[in-house]
Formats: sequence, structure tokens, C-alpha cells
Amino acid sequence: MKAIRQIFGGNLRQYGMSFALILLLVFFQWRTHGIMLTATNAQNILNGYSYVLILAIGMLFVIITGQIDLAPGSVAAVVGICVALSIKNWGFPWWAGVLFGLLIGIAIGAWQGAWLAFVGVPGFITTLAGQMLFRGLDQFIGKAASVPVPKEIRYIGNGYLPEWGPNTGLNNSTLLLGVVALVAVVAMELRRRRRVIRAKGTPVPLWAMVARLVGMAIALGYLTYLFGSGRYGTSFPVTGVILVVLVLIYNFIATRTTIGRGVYAVGGNRAAAALTGINTKKIYFLAMANMSFLAAVAAIMYVGRSTATGPSDGVGWELDAIAAVFIGGAAVSGGVGTVVGSLIGGLVMAILNNGMYLVGVGADLSQMIRGLVLLVAVAFDLYNKSQGKPSITGTLLRGLRMRERGEAKGMERPRAGVTQS
Amino acid sequence: MTVGPVILEMKSITKVFPGVRALDDVTMTVRRGEIHAICGENGAGKSTLMKVLSGVYPHGTYEGTIILDGEDVHFANIRASEHAGVAIIHQELALIPELSVTENLFIGGNEVATRGVIDWVEARRRALDLLARVGLEIDPDTAIKNLGVGQQQLVEIAKALAKDVKILILDEPTSALNEDDAENLLDILRSLRSKGLTSILISHKLNEIAAIADSITIIRDGKTVETLSVDEGTVTEDRMIRGMVGRTLESRFPHHTPHIGEPFFEVRDWVVEHPQIPGRLVAKSSSFYVRRGEIVGFAGLMGAGRTELARSIFGRSYGTWRGGQILIDGVEVTIPTVQAAIAHGIAYVPEDRKTLGLNLLDTIKDTIVSAGIARISRHTVIDLEAADAAAEQYSRAMRIKAASIDVGVATLSGGNQQKVVLSKWMFTEPRLAILDEPTRGIDVGAKYEIYGLINELADQGKGVVMISSELPELLGVCDRIYTVFEGRITGEADARTATQESLMRQMTDTATTNPSTTVTR
Repeated sequence: MKAIRQIFGGNLRQYGMSFALILLLVFFQWRTHGIMLTATNAQNILNGYSYVLILAIGMLFVIITGQIDLAPGSVAAVVGICVALSIKNWGFPWWAGVLFGLLIGIAIGAWQGAWLAFVGVPGFITTLAGQMLFRGLDQFIGKAASVPVPKEIRYIGNGYLPEWGPNTGLNNSTLLLGVVALVAVVAMELRRRRRVIRAKGTPVPLWAMVARLVGMAIALGYLTYLFGSGRYGTSFPVTGVILVVLVLIYNFIATRTTIGRGVYAVGGNRAAAALTGINTKKIYFLAMANMSFLAAVAAIMYVGRSTATGPSDGVGWELDAIAAVFIGGAAVSGGVGTVVGSLIGGLVMAILNNGMYLVGVGADLSQMIRGLVLLVAVAFDLYNKSQGKPSITGTLLRGLRMRERGEAKGMERPRAGVTQS
Repeated sequence: MTVGPVILEMKSITKVFPGVRALDDVTMTVRRGEIHAICGENGAGKSTLMKVLSGVYPHGTYEGTIILDGEDVHFANIRASEHAGVAIIHQELALIPELSVTENLFIGGNEVATRGVIDWVEARRRALDLLARVGLEIDPDTAIKNLGVGQQQLVEIAKALAKDVKILILDEPTSALNEDDAENLLDILRSLRSKGLTSILISHKLNEIAAIADSITIIRDGKTVETLSVDEGTVTEDRMIRGMVGRTLESRFPHHTPHIGEPFFEVRDWVVEHPQIPGRLVAKSSSFYVRRGEIVGFAGLMGAGRTELARSIFGRSYGTWRGGQILIDGVEVTIPTVQAAIAHGIAYVPEDRKTLGLNLLDTIKDTIVSAGIARISRHTVIDLEAADAAAEQYSRAMRIKAASIDVGVATLSGGNQQKVVLSKWMFTEPRLAILDEPTRGIDVGAKYEIYGLINELADQGKGVVMISSELPELLGVCDRIYTVFEGRITGEADARTATQESLMRQMTDTATTNPSTTVTR
């Protein structure tokens, strides 16, 4: 048991939702007679749900500040139609259309952020208004028509990395990604270890680190095989690459930058944050603007995948994103949550949805089950917190950080461990 | 004092949290009709003991027995303890601000309802009766939000009386009250005692305990140290302190030889308007200065405008600025935001740690580096190694007691939390540190340490402004003291020659202008 702890670090409970995710995969793998974990299905899951996961990242920051955004679905619809029309009717090259769409996302985000930050209208109201406003705008611009997008945009939403080089039996782009990821993981682990030693902390035993690296290597190797072994011409999808890049960037922002600290501080105690010299208005503004920016990214991926815009694009997206964030251990009252947690929360919902579809569960029943999962997951999380234990996924990264210092065992990270009583 | 029969016995109470023995074989005996004080340093276990008694920690989660009125009681929750006649009034009041006094008194409504229908006429009649018992002459239809803190505290007591309380537990009832309200509250407790009510009082204010308690149980590190019975002034504050800290404090204030330099920070004719009430000035043409290495006190009653003045100077973080200048080293500066204040070397440690000083979700480390984060980051990217090093350094220098710097601040005692907040501001390397009630709600031993830290700051050549409601503290720590009354600086005194009486006169009286006053506009 102690050995397992040293490999995984911290409290095993923190990994509950990750284990739940693996259990779900195993369960559906069994129920679908192996269809779940085929290259095609894995690629489908990423292509079909990456946009929700990206929304969840944006939503996470909004929720950590203690606000909520109900508008990203409508924002995405507006962005989608603008991108499509600008390319089809105005003769924009595809990249200019993408840029245009992202700018529109940022502009809408700035609009909502300004109402929240500078006028003081609560985010719930601002974005409820935004939901109606931008849904209407979408219909006004698009006239309920379906506008096709060019193949470059389709590549963003549904494309695969190129094939090249010798025949390795796998897609070589995917193989390269896997190798790069493995090298990066090893390098980071070694750097972290050096840092602990330099700070005169107690590093984890060498064997535990090696065991962990071997575990990661196996996992990465499996993922490389899973995504790289599909039919010719498929690979780790482009949507997945975008998702991974955004997760890395936003995780860095959340954990390593003053802006990230500001977001947690404002959500944890706004008055104290203001007296600490944090520009709370700026933080609210950035969180909202960023959410709409990511909604624009999601919109471009989505219209690319569906090859055309439609009048019901983005309906209900915000709710999927919110669900992912809360399953991922964020607190309704703000101040708590992690990017990786939200990612896992979103994946749990995605796997459930996909798995039930494969098993043949109807949309009605599937919806009910997902509702119950959200309820139970958050209730379980709350129960854990009330017991003074860390959030299931909320402390994933914090757990890692504590282990670095060699002070993991029995230590609780209150960012997620203390409920707002 | 007449000694009544035993009403409550807590025997060998032991409560263990993971890794901590919060209570270890604590025994306490309370007699009917007495005021029983519990004192001990923060973290000694007073609150835990009361939570065991009131059923917050249900029977079975602790060891030991509780005998109430001769009966072995097993409370499963707070409701069970309330039913048995134990009422607890917490530091944070549990009244609903928007509702009237009557509605709050009968919030459950059961006492005045027949078959679930509330008889508001009867409720109002009973409310008047209850208010009379706690000496409150107010209309029971008044909304709670329109009452002062002192009155709210009394409403809480009335609420407990409405439930046929046998034992009333008061947790730091006077910590938020000014001296008049506190005195009044103690009078009410005395009068309730004369009518046979038993109360348990938790307080850090030893003078109050000495004045009112019939017996005192002292707890230290989760153990009962002793139970003293008070016979008219036999138990002095020093006697209690000895029990609480296990040693005699030579003096309550560390010895300090000031090294005072030139004035470097000056405020002239500062005027601030209330943020919500237009036309109401909370600082009226206030002028003062601070010298290098000097500890300057601000004395005044609660609501005199000291905090408002301080926060207004600290980047205009309170109210609306209506005039006045700040001069640093003789040069006029504009400080419109908190960021600018930090950049100009001003630090403000707020009076309310939990709502203004800390993000309770944060760790010690994240808190310490939060205000000076710019010092350890480049292009907004934080240097984690520098954060570790800084937090370790301050944690050691400030003698913060915690397992590591990754411990959550919410788990720390009040004194240690205050040290974390002080560290957070020291990390910004301020030239002027404004400390607003820096020792409120922390225990005697920790206060002594805080005083020592304040002296160290001054010895580093920083200017310190200390706002406090405790005059002995100001006289013991400061070099010079300003008095504030209704937004006006009414006097300035050398701390070596001032007395509590002379300060108190200037804190309450504006009609006569004291000749020694330098600012008399």
C-alpha cells in the first residue's frame, strides 16, 4: 500500500475520478465487445467531444472566479455563422475566416466581461442575456440557413495528421507525438526531482519515480498504439492536438502565473484579493473574455466537423461544460478547481455518452443516466470535502506538487479540501 | 457567591482528530446559576470542548461522559443538545438580517404555533417579554440589519432564552463590541445569573472574566490545567495568564528601545466620504505623519473612522476620496489603487483576518507570496522555487507553527493566521506598515510574539501605524498615539506620558480642544 502511495503520490482518493474514468472504459470495453477501445472509436470520441472539453477549460476559469457563463453555446453559434459566411460570401481566405471568428469571440467576451466587471451585473444575468442576445443574432445573421465551410476548416474539426516516412505499422505522426510526449514527461520528472533536491526537500525514492515513469510510458505507448493503429490515413486527430495544446497552456496559466493566482484569489475571497492588490475587475473581465474566445475555438472545430453551420449549433453546450467542470471537482462558490480535473470530468461524460450509444441505450435513458452521474459525482465530492478530505480530482495537480516536496502523506490541500462553510 | 448544585459535568473528554489530540482527558464541572469561564490560548481546545457539549461532534466521536442535570446525555446533533437545554451563541451571529426581531426570535415558529400556523400576535407579545429580560428597549418589528452589533448579540441571547435554555454558552460574545456594549452585555449576564441562568463564557478578554466569572476552567494544549473559583477579585489577570501559557509573562509587552528617525510619510487634510451615504464624511481633514522606525498608534472607539482612514490611504480602497495629500519623503504622491499603494511601499493588514486578510482556501505559501507576487514573477510567470524559498524564510522568521508551508491557512490558529497575514505584507517589503487591530482574537502568548514582530519592523527603520481598541496595548507598544473621534483626529500624545484616561477623554470628547493637540481644524 505504501509502495502504491509512493508511486502515485498523495492520497489515493484524489484519483477517484480518474479511476472512475478507467473503470468506465473497462466496463464499456466489455459491454461493447471491444468496440470502445478501437482506433476508430477513440478518434470519434476526441473529434466528437473535444469542443466540449475546450469549453470546459474556459468555463473552469469563470467558475473559479465564482461566476457562471450561460452564453458560450450562443456565442459559438454566432462565431460559426460568421466564419462560414465570411469565407463563402465575402471571399475571406480560410485562415482569415478563422481569425475573424476568434476576434468575434474575443469581442463578445469583452462585451460580457465589461458588463460583469465594470457595471457589476452578475455573470449569471449578463450571460443569460447574452444567451438570448447571441442566439438571436445567430438567427438574424444566418437566417436559419446551413452554410458549408471549406475543406481547411473541415480539417480542423475532423482531420488527421499526415502519413509519412517508412511503414512502422503505425501512423508516423502519432508515433512522433507519442515519443515527444514521453521525452517531455521524463524530462519534466527529472527537472522536478532536481528542484526538490535543490530546495533540500525529500524526493520520492528513485524506484518509485522509475515505476511511475514506466507506468506513464506504458500509458503513452498504449495511447500511441490506440490512435496510430487505425485505418490508413487516420491518426491522433487534429482536434485532439488542439485540445492537448490548450490544456497544457491553460494548466500553466492556472498554476504558474500571477493571472492564475488572481483567478483563484478572487474566487476564494474577493475582498481580500482586492486588498492584496489584485485587480479584481481585470480578472473577471479576462475570465469572461477568455470563455468566449474558447467558445469561438470550439465553434470552429464544431462547424469543421459538421462541415456546415446550422441553426441549432451550440444549443446546450454551456450545460455540458458546466457539468464537466463540477464533476471535475470545482466548487459552486468559487475558488476551487483544476484544468486537469475539468478535463477528466468532461471525459467521464464523453465516455458515458459514447459508451451508452455503442451499447444501444436510447438518448432518453442516456440523458437520465448522465444527469444522475453528475448529481452523484458532485455529492460524493461534497461528502469527501465535508470529511476534510481533498476533492477527488480537484487536487490532482496539487497532490503532485506536494509530493515533490516530499510532504505528501497525510497533508491536505485546503484549496480543495475545505468546503465553503 | 452562592454555590449551587452541579448542573453539568464533562468527564474525561477526549477528542482525537487525525493526527491531533484536540482534547485530552478534559474535565469540567459547572454549577447551577454560575457564570463559568473557559480560558486558554487559541487552539487550546475551548471551541472543540463546546462543540462536544453542543452536539456538533455527536456522541461516539469522542470519549468521555457528559452528565447534564444528573443524566448521562448522548447528543446526536445540535438539535438534541438544544432540546436538552444547551444553547450556544457563536462569534458569528446566526440572525437573519432582513427579518424582524420577532421573526428571528421565533425562527422555527414552533413555540408560538398551533398546528403549524404561527400566531404572530402572541409571538410579538412574547418577543417584548424576552427583550425586556435582556434589557433591550426596541420595537420587536425592527429588522435585524438596523440593529447595532451589541443589540444583535442581545437578541441572540433572547433567542436562546425563548427556548428554555438551561446552559447558555457564549463564544467570545464581546469581541465585536465596543466597550459600552460589552459592559452592557456583561450587566445583562449578571442579571440573568441572578435569575438563575447558568452560562459558560469563552473569552480572550481576561479583565472581563476576572470581573464576571464565578469559576474559571483553564485549558492548555487540550488538557484541563486547573479550575479556579473566584471569590471577589482573588483571581487576577496575571494569575490566569500563568495558567494559560504555563509561565509568568514578565510583562505583557516586550521591552523595546525605539530608534526613531526623520518623518517620511505624511498625510495632509485627508477627507473621505462614505461609500454609500453621500455627504457623510468618515475622515474629516485628517493630518498625521510617521517617522522612520516609529510605531504610531491610532486610538478611538469602534466606528470612529480609523479603519476607514487607513483603508482610504491604502490605495483609496474605502470610500470616496474628497481631498488631501499624501507625501512620501516630502514629495506628493497619488495613490489611487491598492497596486499603487503596494508599489509605494505601503502595507495594510486588515482588522478582519478571515474576510479581508486571507483566502481561506489558500496554503501558507500561496498566501505569503500573494501580495508581493510581482517580486517573484517575470512576465506574469511565477518562479515556484522563489515562492518556496520566500515562504520558508518568512515562515521561519515569523515563527509560524505549522507542519509545512503547504498547510492550508484555514487550519491555523488565529495567532498563526495573523502571522501569515503579517508575512504576506512583510514580503512586499513595505516602508510603512498599517496594522489594523493586529492582535484581535488571538491569545496572550501569540500577542506577545506579534508585539515583538512589530518592534522588529520598527527596528528595520520602517514606519508602523497600529490601530487598536485596546488602550493598554497602544500604550505598551507605540511611541506616539493619535486619538480619533467621529472621523476627526482629536489629539496626539507621547505614549510615555499618556494614560488610558487621557486618551479616553480625547477619544470621546470633541467639544474642548486639547491644547496639546496639533491638529485642530
